[in-house]
Amino acid sequence: MSAIEFDHVWYRYSSHQDYALKDVTVTIGKGEIVGVVGPNGAGKTTFAKHINGLLKPDKGLVKVLGRDTKDESVARLSRDVGIIFQNPHHQLFSETVSEEVLFGLKNFDVENPGLVAERVLEDFGLLQYREKPPLSLSGGEKKRLCIASAIAWDPKILVLDEPTVGQDLNNKRQLLDLIVSWSQRGKTAILVSHDMEFLWALNPRILVFSKGRILADGKVDVVFTDEEILHEASLRLPQLAELAAKLGWKNPPRTPSEAAKRILEVKGWPM
Amino acid sequence: MSSNLDLTSGQGCGKPVVIFRDFTFRYRDADEDALRDIDLCFERGGFYLVAGATGSGKTTLLRSMIGLIPHVYEGEYSGEVVVLGKDVRGTQISELARHVGYVFQNPENQIFMFSVERDVAFTLENMGLPPAEIKRRVEWALETTGIKDLRDKAPYELSDGQKQRVAVAGALASEPEILILDEPTSLLDPLTATTVLDFVEGLSKMLNLTVIAVEHRLELLLPKVDFIIALKDGRVVLSGRPRRLFENEVNINRLKAAGIAVPPVVDIYHEVAKRGIKMEKPPMTVDELVSIIKRISPVDR
Repeated sequence: MSAIEFDHVWYRYSSHQDYALKDVTVTIGKGEIVGVVGPNGAGKTTFAKHINGLLKPDKGLVKVLGRDTKDESVARLSRDVGIIFQNPHHQLFSETVSEEVLFGLKNFDVENPGLVAERVLEDFGLLQYREKPPLSLSGGEKKRLCIASAIAWDPKILVLDEPTVGQDLNNKRQLLDLIVSWSQRGKTAILVSHDMEFLWALNPRILVFSKGRILADGKVDVVFTDEEILHEASLRLPQLAELAAKLGWKNPPRTPSEAAKRILEVKGWPM
Repeated sequence: MSSNLDLTSGQGCGKPVVIFRDFTFRYRDADEDALRDIDLCFERGGFYLVAGATGSGKTTLLRSMIGLIPHVYEGEYSGEVVVLGKDVRGTQISELARHVGYVFQNPENQIFMFSVERDVAFTLENMGLPPAEIKRRVEWALETTGIKDLRDKAPYELSDGQKQRVAVAGALASEPEILILDEPTSLLDPLTATTVLDFVEGLSKMLNLTVIAVEHRLELLLPKVDFIIALKDGRVVLSGRPRRLFENEVNINRLKAAGIAVPPVVDIYHEVAKRGIKMEKPPMTVDELVSIIKRISPVDR
């Protein structure tokens, strides 16, 4: 059984004339990491909101862990799908940081909620703020709190809308490790992101959205080196891919060290 | 300590528009200073990038320039911040707002009127400008931010990227001398982000506008800025012109220790240099790196 299945999905917001999703068909397996990219307004967030049933398709079918989302309430789907919105203000509402994490844990009857909350806050470097109001945190910290709150009840699928916004180098490294270990536990992670350098380092499967449709679906080093697709989707090549393209290298390097070694080799300089 | 480079000592600061002198601030009820011993000078027409980890004091620095600190956010305040010759403590926020445009991290914090056009006009109406002047400036701001088509839309109809452009248009309409941007492109796709930043860079040059931007995606801003200021735990750990600073790997390591990711091209430059290959100034873009590589030959070793 796949984790997520979209079968010819169409969706239109009542205030809009054009469809936000047009005939979207895609299957995502358990344990897969998928990066969703595309220009503003391409349908990425609409796609994400279908995964936890916040939106239900006008036409077509969305199945999450084998269940048709039309037959499920958002509350029930949320047990299995943790979603982190682009804007933390859309989901932070508790009086304290600690209560924010506890909310989901209590709602889903997780054992030892206090202990779990403490551990998660520590993992995310937020323990010292536990008695503070969430809205008093910095932008990056709010985002981390949203991720911590969703991770806490251990859903099977994590949907992250722009998780790297406001995150510094260390936070990004932690996030990358978290997503990789998440997937190694057989769990699925969907990241909607504009952060090309982060996605390049993460090396996920990429879905490129443009005007409500999936324009490309493939490994990051194939999709992110296709200049035509990137142009169509208002994306930029990550620097290492751009370098490879400009120097005529077939396989782009994954790290700056690898790029440096290749430059030395090509130039015939001893290492 | 290289925090005493040109920006902090005031040397090379042409016509200063913002000066921090021995400035320290601690929010009420906080256990630690948000900013400590800040000495900085921002000159007219300069394009500044403020970088640092979350909680390093970036937003506090920006708030101190527009008077939100100390007039809205109270706390222990020492030293001084002078904006366009006025001590911020003794100047009303409304007075500062006439000269300093501010674009918040979250555009929803500043867009509240029922149409884009009305929103962009809001500050101008409050400034009491004549209708014809308001119209001219709104047109100009909508045109230059590329959102003329959205003028009749309500904010809730806009995507986050569009909201960000509306916020920039609103800040520009008052024709400020200083434009402050708190992560202006965080919600924009890479090409739109580049377009907005190209536009801001052009504006800075054309109007001799001082631009101070907080941004995590250094690869987008580095090719454009004149200066970088790196903060860590409320202190300035590095400041100066990026090309000069990035020549020295010690500075790169200092940035990384401050939680700031440098673009891959800068890392590649140092990896190659470590093997004894002499190169010119560090590249800020892939094109610059490619042209450096193509120019150097084995004899440079």
